[in-house]
Amino acid sequence: MNILVFIKQVPYAKEVRLDPKTHTLIRDGVESIINPYDMYAIEEGLRLKEFHGGKVTVMTMGPPQAEEALRDALSYGVDDAVLLSDRAFAGADTLATSYTLALGAKNLRDFDLILCGKQAVDGDTGQVGPGMAVRLDIPYVTYVRKIRSVDDGTMRVERIMDDGYEVIDVPLPALLTVVKEINEPRVPSLKNKMRAKKQSIAVWGAADIGATTARLGLAGSATQVTDVFKPERKSNLEWLEGSVAEQVDALVDRLQKLKVG
Amino acid sequence: MILFDPEKCTGCGSCVDICPTDAIELINEKAVINEDECQLCGSCEAACETGAITIEPEEPEEKGDSDVDLSQYRGVWIIAEQRKGCMAPVVYQLMGKGHELADTLGVPLAVVVIGFDMRDQVESLAGYGADTVYYVNHPDCANFNDGLYTDILVDIINKYKPEIVLSGATAIGRSLIPGVATRLETGLTADCTQLEIDPEKNLLLQTRPAYGGHIMATIVCPNHRPQMATVRPNVMKKPQVNPDAQSEIVEIPFDPSAYSIRSKLVEHISESEGEEALLSDADIVVAGGRALKNSENFELVRTLAELLGGAVGASRPPVDSEWMPYRHQIGQTGKTVCPKLYIACGISGAVQHLVGMESSEVIVAINKDRSAPIFEVATYGIEGDIFEILPALIKRLKESR
Ligand SMILES: Cc1cc2nc3c(=O)[nH]c(=O)nc-3n(C[C@H](O)[C@H](O)[C@H](O)COP(=O)(O)OP(=O)(O)OC[C@H]3O[C@@H](n4cnc5c(N)ncnc54)[C@H](O)[C@@H]3O)c2cc1C
Ligand SMILES: Cc1cc2nc3c(=O)[nH]c(=O)nc-3n(C[C@H](O)[C@H](O)[C@H](O)COP(=O)(O)OP(=O)(O)OC[C@H]3O[C@@H](n4cnc5c(N)ncnc54)[C@H](O)[C@@H]3O)c2cc1C
Ligand code: SF4
Ligand code: SF4
Repeated sequence: MNILVFIKQVPYAKEVRLDPKTHTLIRDGVESIINPYDMYAIEEGLRLKEFHGGKVTVMTMGPPQAEEALRDALSYGVDDAVLLSDRAFAGADTLATSYTLALGAKNLRDFDLILCGKQAVDGDTGQVGPGMAVRLDIPYVTYVRKIRSVDDGTMRVERIMDDGYEVIDVPLPALLTVVKEINEPRVPSLKNKMRAKKQSIAVWGAADIGATTARLGLAGSATQVTDVFKPERKSNLEWLEGSVAEQVDALVDRLQKLKVG
Repeated sequence: MILFDPEKCTGCGSCVDICPTDAIELINEKAVINEDECQLCGSCEAACETGAITIEPEEPEEKGDSDVDLSQYRGVWIIAEQRKGCMAPVVYQLMGKGHELADTLGVPLAVVVIGFDMRDQVESLAGYGADTVYYVNHPDCANFNDGLYTDILVDIINKYKPEIVLSGATAIGRSLIPGVATRLETGLTADCTQLEIDPEKNLLLQTRPAYGGHIMATIVCPNHRPQMATVRPNVMKKPQVNPDAQSEIVEIPFDPSAYSIRSKLVEHISESEGEEALLSDADIVVAGGRALKNSENFELVRTLAELLGGAVGASRPPVDSEWMPYRHQIGQTGKTVCPKLYIACGISGAVQHLVGMESSEVIVAINKDRSAPIFEVATYGIEGDIFEILPALIKRLKESR
């Protein structure tokens, strides 16, 4: 089974804290990591390969330095990596992202299964996976917490719902987005780490995947961010002071006014 | 392309704080943008109050599929979510907001229901403000199926052309709606917590948390239709019912042979028949945090919840440490709740927790650290040790019965 895993490089602030004196945000170094949910997609791809044979390829769309994320993925035992990188890709919303990624997948051709994370921790939309599946005209299942079996070109999976879970049969090729319950990612082996350093990584631009420029990046995006702000917090706090007994009395009094307690 | 006008830059540093990739530095009190690091996310443009930063598409004239005639699109739609023939609570919450948006625009509000044998519930939607209900009624449509529902919705939306389409940001909505939006080649804003109409341009202003709740972003979809959004459950209020209201019910014929079904539901297993089903809809929630230390101590939280007739919630550490099952988790990666009363016991109030509970009407925070951020959203604050306060409170409540 040939598996294509999509990973996104996301910023990760090692520490974000409020300076107690100046009340400004202090960020002690932002580093780039593989989106945490995509780590589960990589692991699931490796497990399927170990069981059914085949090959695992990772692909990402991002700036040239996203190559780091791909090398990181290789160190876990992934066979191959492709970087989709072009100035024209920048500023994409999920509509343009799914267009670009789907062309990347088509250009790779040979896959039976696509795995994505349930969402990226920066953009946080969870829209890229379903969008890509629709563009590739393959079925998709989101929030997959378990692959039960693969039989005769059909995969049986469990997907989390708000009120429990569903068991779904999906014919391959298909796209799954996975949640953290699905597995426990491994640690990279020394051998793979060495290989990851040296392996050559293909870089595909807009022309390589046959993209129409107007559908890429900022130009191809339907949504626009018009305002960004820090969430406001209302403050009408009343402290309930005194001894424990006094605090509890005061609270019970407030609760009674709310007609509870 | 990101453009920077040093004349306008006052060196305030807002852009530096907001940039997710650390692409901006302040050098000699002016912002310096590293274009190689910049992902054109637009955050700095929006954060800069002096207009020093602007982002423009490389080829501004060439516009994807935006030769759509926007004026053909009219009306506000809500895609109703149902489970086993029962309307999800978020549908009613969306109707209140949908009605308000439709009124502002002076257009009708419609609801789409895909299911089987739901006539009574379809009729009841009039009371919540629906002018029209589009109803697809067929046994094959009884259960949610991504592929089938996408096909049906794309057909109806293309036929009737609404300008705004809203749906709940539930497991179903966040799975189904991205597929629909992609097929329609239009924009979709995820997980909105606020919706408004821009009075000048009549555009839908869609506000949502991003970067794990650290920032809020307002997003528009100017050149594509419909403007689509998924909306987080339990942030909008269910409207008052008007029992006399009437709506037109349009039955949409369904021809099974016109659709091919690829993935199939084998079974649905409910895991939340009991207590936790109540959590999302509870009037009272008592939640515990890391300070509880172990699962035995969580009994304090459970007892208090029971005495008050409320549901039990938790921050993430108790779930990660397996003192509580995941379905009790409140926050960004858990449930959103909006009860009349929320009692936070030994919870610090990290943004990821706050986004799941801050719209609660009354918030009581009990924490031994007076500077804990939970107090910033609290109505009543108790600085104290939960292992003293909770037993005393439980004792008092028991006595007063
Ligand atoms: C503040 C802010 C708010 C935004 N809100 C919206 C919005 O509401 N609607 C919208 O359309 N866009 C929005 N965007 C843009 C959106 O973040 C980008 O389109 C981004 O490229 C993909 O979206 P995501 O991060 O939400 O990914 P998700 O859809 O959450 O990612 C899911 C999975 O898709 C795969 N994937 C995602 N991106 C890539 C990639 N670049 N390469 C390889 N695999 C990938 C990964 O497997 C990932 O786990 C927003 C951006 C910002 C900065
Ligand atoms: C991507 C991401 C998603 C996340 N999603 C969620 C989410 O959905 N929900 C969530 O809750 N968190 C989430 N988190 C984690 C979040 O950042 C915090 O780490 C978490 O909410 C902290 O939980 P806490 O308040 O229980 O623990 P802590 O932050 O450790 O706070 C414990 C508090 O208890 C107080 N305390 C200690 N002992 C006592 C005592 N005896 N009496 C009174 N007070 C006492 C302390 O002063 C402290 O304020 C997420 C994090 C990330 C990165
Ligand atoms: S936000 Fe604007 S004014 Fe402030 S430093 Fe950045 S560019 Fe300059
Ligand atoms: S557009 Fe986004 S990535 Fe680029 S500099 Fe501004 S905030 Fe940073």
